[in-house]
Amino acid sequence: MTLIFLILAAITIVGTAAAMSFRNPIHCILGLTVGLVGLAMLFLHLGAQFVGFTQIIVYVGAVAILAVFAIMMTQGGRRLTETATKPQITPSLLVGGTVAGAVFAVLGWAMLGRPSTAIHSVQPVVSVNQIGQLLMHNYVLPLEIMAVLLTAALIGAVILAMPQERGKR
Amino acid sequence: MTPDTVDQIFVISKHWLLGYVPAMLQPLASAVLSVVPVLLAFPLLFAITTVLERKGLGRIQNRYGPNRVGPAGFFQFAADGIKSLTKEDVVPRDADQVVHFLAPLLLVIAAFLAYAVLPIGRNMVVANLDAGLLYFFAVGSMVELAVFMAGWSSHSKYSLLGAMRAVAQMISYEVPLVLASIVVVMASGSLSTVAIVEAQAGYTATLPHWYVFTPWGFAGFILFMIAATAESNRSPFDLPEGESEIIAGYYIEYSGFKFALFFLGEYLGMFATSALAITLFLGGWAAPFSFMTWIPSYVWFFVKLLALIVFFIWIRGTLPRLRMDQLMGMAWKFMLPMTLLNLFTAAVWHFLPNPLLRWPVCTALVVVPFVVLSRSMKQGKTLQVRTYRYAE
Repeated sequence: MTLIFLILAAITIVGTAAAMSFRNPIHCILGLTVGLVGLAMLFLHLGAQFVGFTQIIVYVGAVAILAVFAIMMTQGGRRLTETATKPQITPSLLVGGTVAGAVFAVLGWAMLGRPSTAIHSVQPVVSVNQIGQLLMHNYVLPLEIMAVLLTAALIGAVILAMPQERGKR
Repeated sequence: MTPDTVDQIFVISKHWLLGYVPAMLQPLASAVLSVVPVLLAFPLLFAITTVLERKGLGRIQNRYGPNRVGPAGFFQFAADGIKSLTKEDVVPRDADQVVHFLAPLLLVIAAFLAYAVLPIGRNMVVANLDAGLLYFFAVGSMVELAVFMAGWSSHSKYSLLGAMRAVAQMISYEVPLVLASIVVVMASGSLSTVAIVEAQAGYTATLPHWYVFTPWGFAGFILFMIAATAESNRSPFDLPEGESEIIAGYYIEYSGFKFALFFLGEYLGMFATSALAITLFLGGWAAPFSFMTWIPSYVWFFVKLLALIVFFIWIRGTLPRLRMDQLMGMAWKFMLPMTLLNLFTAAVWHFLPNPLLRWPVCTALVVVPFVVLSRSMKQGKTLQVRTYRYAE
């Protein structure tokens, strides 16, 4: 664990924790964005440029904006009245707490049970070119299927945006 | 000094300076020495551009423009800078203080980050990333968030409207922007900006091998420039800040130096996308003719950049602002099909090696869809002098 890793991990954890604890939904999304950027920088720190930049493009550039729009359109963006209620033990809190505890217990058990060896001593050098080669040769069929799906969605959006014929109205 | 020494003068002086730094600090010193010139050069270019723009727009609109400070008003930017530095910083009472403060910072930081992958001259790039183009668009997508933060945190209906318009416009035009630049990636086979410039090197009978001189490259360049104008919120796509409708859009509630930061961020974004257009289509820092290669590479880069800036100013002084539906129709019904067809054209160009065959075929593949698409968008409307019901 290097210093850079600790800083990036702190950014990610603080951002994600902020996303869960703010009252204002817009603040939550901004906190989540900080967490996602921290995650992208962790990818970059590991040498995965393609994944890191794609993470920023997809999550910061698209998903965060989409979430913001969704909140604004469902009127969640207005200022909430600050009702400082004491945290009460409700059944939902109990169930949620139990599930979260179970998941963390399993994760911790799986991690601690393994002998602590270095997973990869040498960082594999993966260039974007190699990813492109693999996508275009070995995984060309899944890529094509996804491309067709996305293009269909794109064309569908354009058709939805086209003006309807005059006679139908 | 040989032309090569003049060309590499900045690189040589950087290495000379690095020799005086202890070996442990060298990576840090190298980074600082690469970043500081960029941080100095482009804000200076911004200062020059503001004067150039005001003078140019004044000339187009048949007036003088600034002509009081310095020779022919050239030092107007210094007066503007001092004014914005000394102005009171007003923050609305209802504003979200933290987000309101962070928004201009994020905008300027994102705009500066984009310069890391732009090759300014031969061997002159801050970071030669393997996925440079991807990095550029990733950083560019953070601008949208900054704009939204500014509009929302001001807690004013005009700034929120402006931010919504800006975000919708930037997301819509990011699709054609990326698709228009992908043809270059297809042709050069790399996402690295340095490799893209190198792929356009060389001359045939004094003429360069720039991608703009191919049918798909020319169409891609035009589409890229239209999308870049919209991305940088410039006229005729300046709806987010349309003064006559919503005063100044998302930065209406900003004053003093924060307003200046927004101004700076917007122009830096414009320079960055122009520089990317130069890198992708106009051969980067390469000279336009083989007998002019003795002029240093960075000079060519800035000459091209200034030419594109003048073009932007010219467009701003010429075209009226679009309507919101025209803006979106342009993006999704014209730009998107054209860029998708352009991808196909680039692929055809790649697989037809015979120049006698591929020139007519690819030109037809660009021109015919353009004519058909623009005819269909007119939809039987005849263009005539507009009659106003109330304004006459």
